[in-house]
Formats: sequence, structure tokens, C-alpha cells
Amino acid sequence: MNKGRWKIADTVLYTGTLYTARDQAHKRLVETIRAGKNPPIDLAEAVIYYAGPTPSPVKNMIGACGPTTSSRMDVFTPILLEHGLRAMVGKGARSEEVRKAIKKYGAVYFLTIAGAGAYLSTKIKSARVVAYKDLGAEAIYRLEVEDFPLIVGIDARGKSIY
Amino acid sequence: MKTVSVRSIKDLVARLCVEANIILRPDIEAALRTGYRQEANKRSREILGMLLENSRLARTRKLALCQDTGMAVVYVDVGQGVRLTGGSLEHAVHQGVREGYRKGYFRESVVRDPLSRKGKLSGAPAVVHTSLVPGDKVTVTVSPKGFGSENKSRVKMFLPTDTTDTIKKFIVKTVEEAGPSACPPFVIGVGIGGTFEMACYLAKKSLLRPVTKRNRKPGLKKLEQALMRDINNLHIGPMGLGGKTTCLGVNILDYPTHIAGLPVAVNIGCHATRSATGNL
Ligand code: SF4
Repeated sequence: MNKGRWKIADTVLYTGTLYTARDQAHKRLVETIRAGKNPPIDLAEAVIYYAGPTPSPVKNMIGACGPTTSSRMDVFTPILLEHGLRAMVGKGARSEEVRKAIKKYGAVYFLTIAGAGAYLSTKIKSARVVAYKDLGAEAIYRLEVEDFPLIVGIDARGKSIY
Repeated sequence: MKTVSVRSIKDLVARLCVEANIILRPDIEAALRTGYRQEANKRSREILGMLLENSRLARTRKLALCQDTGMAVVYVDVGQGVRLTGGSLEHAVHQGVREGYRKGYFRESVVRDPLSRKGKLSGAPAVVHTSLVPGDKVTVTVSPKGFGSENKSRVKMFLPTDTTDTIKKFIVKTVEEAGPSACPPFVIGVGIGGTFEMACYLAKKSLLRPVTKRNRKPGLKKLEQALMRDINNLHIGPMGLGGKTTCLGVNILDYPTHIAGLPVAVNIGCHATRSATGNL
């Protein structure tokens, strides 16, 4: 993913991997980093998706999977950026601190279609839990997605759509 | 006297949980369609189109409209001529929610201990509002409430001498602060009067009314229309990316209050404001 090439409001149809992580997974990731240990996913390679999906009767799949409110992750994001994270997907605006950190590390923050959980699930080809299984819907899932719609919310220059 | 078993209420609750989470309310669907027709901002129109597609996919594939299948708020109106048998009504409701959320493959988002956040997540308990009403029917409404929008809701105790204009400003400001992350276009529930908790209850309950219907009291109807205009003029738009479709409806409910006070509550409803009703 070449983060530098996008400007705010660009739309992207992303095909690749997303890792879900929401409140409790963020808390644990940051605790792990603070304890000097390696997080269970490679942050530098990961696109983190702020989402907690519904389950599915189909094996290796999930049900509805739209974005959750990104700002709840704001307190954790700068530390993750400092440790390699470069791309995030969620809904809504971010704090000033996160915007500055995104600029500093040349990262990118994407929006996706808020509240369209059923629609977005049709773009997900497979899903499996890779960490924090005990957290249920808040576990880290590895999703393989195809043509997943993204809108650039904050670009690598620190410009924000809001 | 008519007899109703709490078991049949449990089954009804389970069925309504599934229905509410996968079938978009016809009034909301119609309002989204109107927004889609009238929206001039191209990207906002596209997003509204995707929300309509989302509704179609959810219904046909029996998928949750939104992954946040919410915390279930359940209203049970029990006719005074009904005798409930077979155990606790409240337990039956919680059990119905638990079953419905499992059957529908919905996200179990309820954490047992709000402070420690520990323990396994569950669909239940629900928040249950039981009323005794005349007649011999039991009416159940299930309304799953997502927290992206719930978190942005507010209540304020105004002075009895405060003007309607001041209250309007508070409501519009609450919506403005709700912004993009509460999933606009919104349904705005407003409760005016009563006590502290009554205003909140009214605000929540008003979300059940179809957005296409206005309050029967002429003064409140006018206030709803004025608020709708002001809120749409915020140009938050779908996903907060602009456009004129910020609000699908403003629903107000009021109640008499004390000479010394004027409570006002605003419950933000997202475009996935859900509810389903059934009778026994
Ligand atoms: S606010 Fe509503 S539409 Fe948005 S994620 Fe929550 S439940 Fe879904």
C-alpha cells in the first residue's frame, strides 16, 4: 500500500487483508507494546479495521461487518503508529493528536460506509480469528476483502476530510 | 380472563429480535429513498444508494443490517385483562433476546459488568419497559439500540423560564456534536417534560414512531418541522461528508412537568433505527 499517493476524499476499492481491532483489542495491543513484547500481528504490514462483526453460520466467514466509531481508539492510535501501523479504517473524525501523528508517520486513515454492515459483508471473502479469541466480537480477525470501498479521511499530509 | 404463557412471550421476543435486526423499518427505508431522490451532493447520493442496497441485502440474505445489533430495548404492554402464567415475565424477555440473537447470528454486545468490562459477552439482558394497559392483549416491541448513536445522546434540565428557542439550540447543537460517527442521516428522538428519567424515556420511545408521522399537537408538530429544517441546514449529510440529508425525522413526545423545571432529552437514532412489534 503506497500511503503517500492518496489525497483526502479519494475513493479506493481495496483488495487485500484487513485486521479488525476495536476497544479491548486496542487496549491489549498497547499494553503488550508497553510491556516491551511483540504484538500478535505485524503492525507495519497491517491495515487495522475498527470493527466488531456479527458471527456467521458459514465456516471462516462473518456476518455484518461495518465500521465502529474511530475516535474511541484515538488514545491508543499514536502509540500504534509509533510502532509501525500505517493504515486504519473506521467511521467519523479523529482527534487532533491522531491527525498530527498520521502526518508525522505518513500514514492514512480511511472511512468506510458507516452502518452498511450487510453490504460490506459481501466484500469479505474470508475471516478467521488470529488473536484475542476470548474477546468474542472484539477479537482480532484477519479478513480477506475484495473491492472493499474506502474513502480517504486523513491523508499522509495530515489533511482531514472533516 | 385471558391467559398468556410467558413462554409464548419469550418466543415472540426472539422472533422480533430477528425481524428488527434484518428488516429495515418501512418508514426509514422510504425516508432514505426520498433522500436519495433529492440529494444533490453526488457522493452523499451514492452513500444513500449503498444504504438502500444494504437494506435489500440484509432482507434477502437474512443478515443483520448493521454489525452493531445493539442492546435490545423491549417494551411490553400487558393488558389488564391478561393473566401471565409459567414464570417470570422479565426472565422470559431476557431469554427471548438471548435466543433471538443466537438464532439470527447477531453480535452479542452486552457486557455484564459495566466497570470491569469482564466476562463473556451476551445478547442479554435487555432493557425492559413494562406497562399495564387496558384490554386483554400483550403487545411487544423490540428495538435494538446501537451505541454509535446512543453515546451521542444528551439530557439537560432547563429552567422553567427558558425559551423554546434556547431548547431548540440545545437540540440542534446535540445533533451537530453527534456528527459523522453517529451514522447520519439521523432520526432524532426528543423527550420534553416529566422528570429527569421520564424525559429520557420519552426521547427513546419517540424513536418508535414512524418518521413520516408528526406529533398530533400542532405546536409540537411545528417544532418538529422547524428542528428538521435547522438540522438539515447543518449539512452533515450521510457519513458526515456533506449534503442535505442529515435528518430523516424529528419525533417529539412531551409530558407535564414540575413548576420548577423543564427536562429535555435528545436520543440520537442512526439510519439503522430499528424496531419490530407483535401481539399475543
Ligand atoms: S450508530 Fe447505528 S448504523 Fe451506526 S454502527 Fe451503530 S447501530 Fe450501526
